[in-house]
Amino acid sequence: MKVLILGATSDMARALANLLAEKKYDLILASRNVGRLKAFAGDLAIRHNNKAELVEFEATDYASHQNFYKNLPFRPDWVISFFGYLGDQKLAQKDWTESRKIIDSNYTGMVSVLNIVAEDMETRKHGVIVGVSSVAGERGRQSNYMYGSAKAGLTAYLSGLRNRLHKSRVHVLTVKPGFVATKMTENMDLPKSITANPEQIAKGILKGIKKKKNTIYVLGAWRGIMLIIKSIPESIFKKLKL
Amino acid sequence: MSPKIKNITNWNNYPIVSANEWSFNYPEEIPSIIGQKSAAFIARGNGRCYGDASLSDNIISTLKYQYILSFDPVNGTIECQAGILFKDLIDFLLPKGWFLPVTPGTKYITLGGAVASDVHGKNHHKEASFSEHIISMEVMTADTRIHIVSKEQNADLFEATTGGMGLSGIILSVKFYLKKIETAYIIQQQIRTKNLEEVIEKFEEYKDYTYTMAWIDCLKIGKNQGRSVMFAGEHAELNELSASRKKDPFKIKPGKSLSVSFNFPSFALTKLSVRAFNQLYYSTHRTKKNMIIDYDSFFYPLDSISNWNRMYGKNGFLQYQFVLPLSDGSKGLKKILNRISEKGRGSFLAVLKMFGKQESLISFPMEGLTLALDFPISTGIFEFLNELDAIVADHGGRIYLSKDARMNKDFYHETYKNAGQFRSIINKYNNDSKFESYLSRRLNIHGK
Repeated sequence: MKVLILGATSDMARALANLLAEKKYDLILASRNVGRLKAFAGDLAIRHNNKAELVEFEATDYASHQNFYKNLPFRPDWVISFFGYLGDQKLAQKDWTESRKIIDSNYTGMVSVLNIVAEDMETRKHGVIVGVSSVAGERGRQSNYMYGSAKAGLTAYLSGLRNRLHKSRVHVLTVKPGFVATKMTENMDLPKSITANPEQIAKGILKGIKKKKNTIYVLGAWRGIMLIIKSIPESIFKKLKL
Repeated sequence: MSPKIKNITNWNNYPIVSANEWSFNYPEEIPSIIGQKSAAFIARGNGRCYGDASLSDNIISTLKYQYILSFDPVNGTIECQAGILFKDLIDFLLPKGWFLPVTPGTKYITLGGAVASDVHGKNHHKEASFSEHIISMEVMTADTRIHIVSKEQNADLFEATTGGMGLSGIILSVKFYLKKIETAYIIQQQIRTKNLEEVIEKFEEYKDYTYTMAWIDCLKIGKNQGRSVMFAGEHAELNELSASRKKDPFKIKPGKSLSVSFNFPSFALTKLSVRAFNQLYYSTHRTKKNMIIDYDSFFYPLDSISNWNRMYGKNGFLQYQFVLPLSDGSKGLKKILNRISEKGRGSFLAVLKMFGKQESLISFPMEGLTLALDFPISTGIFEFLNELDAIVADHGGRIYLSKDARMNKDFYHETYKNAGQFRSIINKYNNDSKFESYLSRRLNIHGK
């Protein structure tokens, strides 16, 4: 099986790459800074005897995406996209550059590259597309609605894509991890019982692909939590400090 | 980026400190972490030391920095980032016929921690401590320069880093020699001895064995004082295995794993329960020759009980590991055993080991006998251990910094003869002593 991982420097992406390398999948690891993946790729080669290809990928350089995909060392069966940017909500409220960066990294860039992947897989009538979205996209909250709204866009995009590609036998999986202990959340004090580690997310994604799931939360508790959050009437929700 | 403030403690649950915790995936991230404050930093691995050596106001976790950088299956060398666990190293190496040159009694330590503590194992008398097997390392000092260090290159920094408790800088990567093995099994000799004299004789008799150590009953007095069960082991060769094991010599059956899921109440550990345990242990471990057991059971018996540290309750415990020089014979050891049984402060895990010769700047081992004891933290324990310190100092010994949470600075400076030289090297490479721990302050290692 051949797999392309976009945004491969993230902790979740590495955990998945490690899991797939062990299972002898052929990997392309794409990231803005492949230099940062060299030691990791070296480790995969030594530990799992698996030589991953490293390819530069800039999520917000939309014009480059066609060539990026065309020039990959091989056609992937699975494309798993992790990239994203949490950003600084407070800053983004005042600063358009930060808002724009959040929107582009989490939404526009994802749409740009997955459009190309979708066209290819639709023609081949074969493939799996996994987009890592977020529970933050299920309802806007004052603490992170810039990030949340971009992820909401992504979630809707993936659901449309799934609808479109169903007849072409292309599987689209939306992953909505709740809290994950990663670099991105290192400075947050997250409740342990509902915080997954990157290895759990990686296993969850692999299982989601095998079982042809549409949307997964990985830690089941999050489905319930989000159900509650979504069912609070807006008239009350708007008064909450969330 | 702001760090995470948490309460952090090491394996013995004492002390617990509130600290900022940082981590890194790339060495390039470290300068922005240590550069932004004049405060003290210390690197920390998997938190398996027994005390405050890896605790400071600012802690840099190495756990994410854990890749294998190179492996030479012909000459048996490996280079890894410092945050890799011994467990992960073994999982990788064992099926390829290689093993760690030196390992302590747990595999849940990081490579960087092993170097900073200059760990020893059951083979110290034959193969010395971990530092002896290092080819070279990368160490980042306070000025954020990365130094390549070895016994030949920047030798002073190498010596101050092996056993240096993280005070010389951040250990980034380590290249070291491996041990060739043919199987995942050990041939073990189990020898029960009546008293301390006999176990010391047995250490002598079995000194050609690669691995030796003994469990000792530290509550027994009189003619059976120091009764022990000694274990000696050798890596089994392929032709020593049964036909069924020969087919897959590196595969072992996963052992039973237990877990202590809550803190034991303090009444669980008393003189009576320790005495009962010791009696049971001694009577069920008769002399038994040529047993074939897997490496996990031989090297890491306690790892099969996860969170065994909770047995000592929420107050935590202290481990007391000292060494007394060979010239002292068993004199000092007997005094200490007498004091323990007088006060009835028994220890479930009392481990005796004979060290071989070792010349080093600041590492713990010296030729002689070393004993490790665990004591729950309870009234009077600190005073009691101060009394033991006096005996250790009188007899020319010292205690292991990685196991220490309480000794006083005079005792450290008296018993670590190279403390002054160590201080001048770490200060030379770290002008403003960026790397400090609760241990280094308590013992005034920087000499401020």
